[in-house]
Amino acid sequence: MLTFLATNANQLILATEELGEINDGGLLASLAWLIPVVPMVAAFAIVFFGRRLPHKGWELAMGAMGFVGLYGILLAFATMNGEITYEGAISMGEFGPIVLEWGWMVDGLSSMMYFVVGVVGSLVFIYAKSYMAGDIRFTWFFASFSLFAGGMLVLVAAPNLIQLIVGWELVGVASYLLIGHYWEDHDNSSAAIKAFLVNKVADVGLFLGVIIIGTTAGTFRFSEILAQVAAGENDLLKKFAFLGGLALFIAAMGKSAQFPLHVWLPDAMAGPTPVSALMHAATMVTAGVYLLGRTFPLYFVEGYAVDVRPIIMIVGALTLFLTGLIALVQTDLKKVLAYSTLSQLGYMVAAMGAGAYTAALFHLFTHAFFKGLLFLAAGSVIHSVHSNEMTDMGGLRKYMPTTYKTFVIGSLALAGIFPLAGFWSKDEILVAFGKASGGAANFALYLGIAGAFITALYMSRAVYLTFFGEFKGHGTPHESPKMITVPLVVLAGFSLVAGLINMPGFSSWFTELTAVRFTVMGDYHPKAINFGMAAAGLSAALLGILIGYVLWSKDAETQAARDKFRIPLLYPLLERKYYIDDLYMDGIVRPLRGPVARAVDWFNGHVIDLFVNGAGALAKFVGKYVYRFDQSGLDSAIIASAAATGAGGSVLRLLQSGRVQQYAVMIFAGTVVLVAGFIIF
Amino acid sequence: MSFGDWIGQLENWVFAVLAFGTLAGAILVVHSRNVIHAALGLVLTLGSLAGLFLLLGAEFVAWTLVMVYIGAVIVLFLFGIMITRAPLGYEIDLSHPTSVKVTAAIVAGSLFALIGWAFLDAFEAVEFAAVDGPTRTADIGISMFTNYVIPFEVMSFLLLAALIGGIVLARQDPEEADE
Amino acid sequence: MIVNQFLILGAAVFALGVYGVLSRRNAVMVLLSVELMLGAVNLNLVVFDRAFRDELAAGQIFSLFVIAIAAAEVGIGLAIILLIFRNRSSANVDELDLMKL
Repeated sequence: MLTFLATNANQLILATEELGEINDGGLLASLAWLIPVVPMVAAFAIVFFGRRLPHKGWELAMGAMGFVGLYGILLAFATMNGEITYEGAISMGEFGPIVLEWGWMVDGLSSMMYFVVGVVGSLVFIYAKSYMAGDIRFTWFFASFSLFAGGMLVLVAAPNLIQLIVGWELVGVASYLLIGHYWEDHDNSSAAIKAFLVNKVADVGLFLGVIIIGTTAGTFRFSEILAQVAAGENDLLKKFAFLGGLALFIAAMGKSAQFPLHVWLPDAMAGPTPVSALMHAATMVTAGVYLLGRTFPLYFVEGYAVDVRPIIMIVGALTLFLTGLIALVQTDLKKVLAYSTLSQLGYMVAAMGAGAYTAALFHLFTHAFFKGLLFLAAGSVIHSVHSNEMTDMGGLRKYMPTTYKTFVIGSLALAGIFPLAGFWSKDEILVAFGKASGGAANFALYLGIAGAFITALYMSRAVYLTFFGEFKGHGTPHESPKMITVPLVVLAGFSLVAGLINMPGFSSWFTELTAVRFTVMGDYHPKAINFGMAAAGLSAALLGILIGYVLWSKDAETQAARDKFRIPLLYPLLERKYYIDDLYMDGIVRPLRGPVARAVDWFNGHVIDLFVNGAGALAKFVGKYVYRFDQSGLDSAIIASAAATGAGGSVLRLLQSGRVQQYAVMIFAGTVVLVAGFIIF
Repeated sequence: MSFGDWIGQLENWVFAVLAFGTLAGAILVVHSRNVIHAALGLVLTLGSLAGLFLLLGAEFVAWTLVMVYIGAVIVLFLFGIMITRAPLGYEIDLSHPTSVKVTAAIVAGSLFALIGWAFLDAFEAVEFAAVDGPTRTADIGISMFTNYVIPFEVMSFLLLAALIGGIVLARQDPEEADE
Repeated sequence: MIVNQFLILGAAVFALGVYGVLSRRNAVMVLLSVELMLGAVNLNLVVFDRAFRDELAAGQIFSLFVIAIAAAEVGIGLAIILLIFRNRSSANVDELDLMKL
């Protein structure tokens, strides 16, 4: 009997033999299912055997991640050269029109993500070995870390919406485990819960979007849904595309931490620094941008969800501007970087809204390298001075030269200084804002240029407060070991050159890579440098650095004297993060918590108890009559038989030990003997 | 059917992997000295069983098993383990001493031998009848709500009884709590 | 695939469950082993259903019933264990010899 599972497995083996065709990627693409599977298997293997291995499970995690990194590099180049678009699927069951499938996708977009997750992930794993050394839950950390990366790869590989949900939730669960890694501290576990709950709120959007789009399109596969969109024939889908697109965008707002659902991301700094680095650079927060990129034709083709695009642009622009301002007043080095991630995610999302698919993904790509670098460098600093606060740092330039140099390269790349990676990607986004028409695009353009200025300002503040002036902490800081500095140097190299692969007039490698898809849509990539926009962005950044230099390059002893960005009214507003956390707490959580608890208590006390007590009273009532009958009529008969039973019982009581399991032994042994007897005779 | 033919079928390889998972998990359940590992062993066994059901084409049963067992029952067990404050680490007296174990092994072994012998005797090398594709969930639903609707109603009543029984049993007696 | 390979596997899991029921001291572990036995029974039901090509899918329906009963059984079983634990602060089966009175 051949079943579906087996049939599919057979097809899989057959497919690997079709090496002739170049378009479906052959062996390389049909084996790509290994990419999400290997880290997941490694995660479980670490849980079970990690403790017994010489490196406590790190080698398994590292091996899996290195495999993904190498495979990702290979796939990115193969996809580029061969224009591979491949979709594998194994049917897991059919329920009416709903087909459950597990699959994997090889095209330009997913190869790019494999590349980023694999390469940045490998470097972070190398770094984490040294950073986490001596941690009491070292093995467990690497198990959940592998699960985190594996979940992200499941999400990226997903060729259908159902599997996307699976990966989406896996990432959420793993992030909960990792943010709460030091759960002994109450703040950390509540940060983990906060991240989980905010993500859950947004997940409602994901579920609604998947249901709306899946049922109106009649399929959950991206390729089929987007083909319908491109053909423009499904009127039902057209009618509901706005709602579905909006719901999916709400999901993306949660995972990619867009205003006003951004509150979880800064708190997620409670996790170990390597987690922050991976979470901010390659996995988790990029998931929302990836989702928008994957479903991009839905937002792009006229007649579908195009009306969502102004909303996306406004939300993205608000995020990039407002969170950038908050970064100016943070004293915790990691929080500065966290708010800067929020700001950069705002750029990516707004760019998606402006219709600049390539530019948004390109910024995701370059951002992964320099933000990973900045977090790892910040971790190196924190490791050395044992504090997150910039008030305990200062003057580290002399003590940690490698960290200093790489951090400055990362900061310049983030600020968008020519010719580093951030310049090219941010410039492309600004050009896209300029190309897009409408009030929302202009709004995004102005806030985008202002955002470039703010980015440069807060990064120069972070650099001056951390590395210049006098050291204010305790003890003598020292440069970190090789295991920590080597990933920094590699990432700094990427931050220097990553922008060149999509430099107008020089190379359009990245544009062509991300355009390799089943459903290709029109997209804008500048053929030559737009000097006006480049000058605007660059001068805003340089102005930011200049003001930063004037304000913070001089050293000062007290925090108040060092922090010169204390504008009345604005400063307390930023310090309290626009009172959004307070609003959520006072406006939603507290008013709801009391009444809900009281309602549940009332229901328990009145409704459920009523049934339970009623059943008890009934039993008591019946019991009374049975008792009377028992006392008068039955007793005499029973007394007589009791005497006989008592005599027998005194013999049999030796068997009655009261031990339940001895009785069970007798039952089973008796069954065996009886059945064997029946069979034989 | 010779062993060579048997091993040549791909689904038998899938079966072998799943059977290994089932047995490994079962051994973990009965033999582990760590309570959590035993519960995870049950997850492994039931997950592999669900895989076997998929292999047999019983998709609805497979996913019900996954959802009810791995989703709900295991969570209930973990609660039970935590509430009874069973030590979460390794514990020696989770099982009886060796003498009892030997008795148990003899009984269980002879039971296995008996059942196994009966099956081998009755079915020898009977193969599955050729079936076109997996069972449709719709067919199960139609059958359940026509031919088997009375057992189904009995089952609902049983679940209701269990619900009330569970509440009555686990509920702290108000008088007792006052003391 | 032959029918027997599934049946023998079911028998093995059932026997392991019996072994667990008999050899475990902790009541929660005994319940876990009972779940193994129920799982083995489910496997047999589904295998026979598919082997005989039952038109009414009786085997699968009854395995669904077994799953439902098992869920109820775990609920009640754990409630009983909880009650015993509350009264005797131990969940070991061999300390419960009140039945001999």
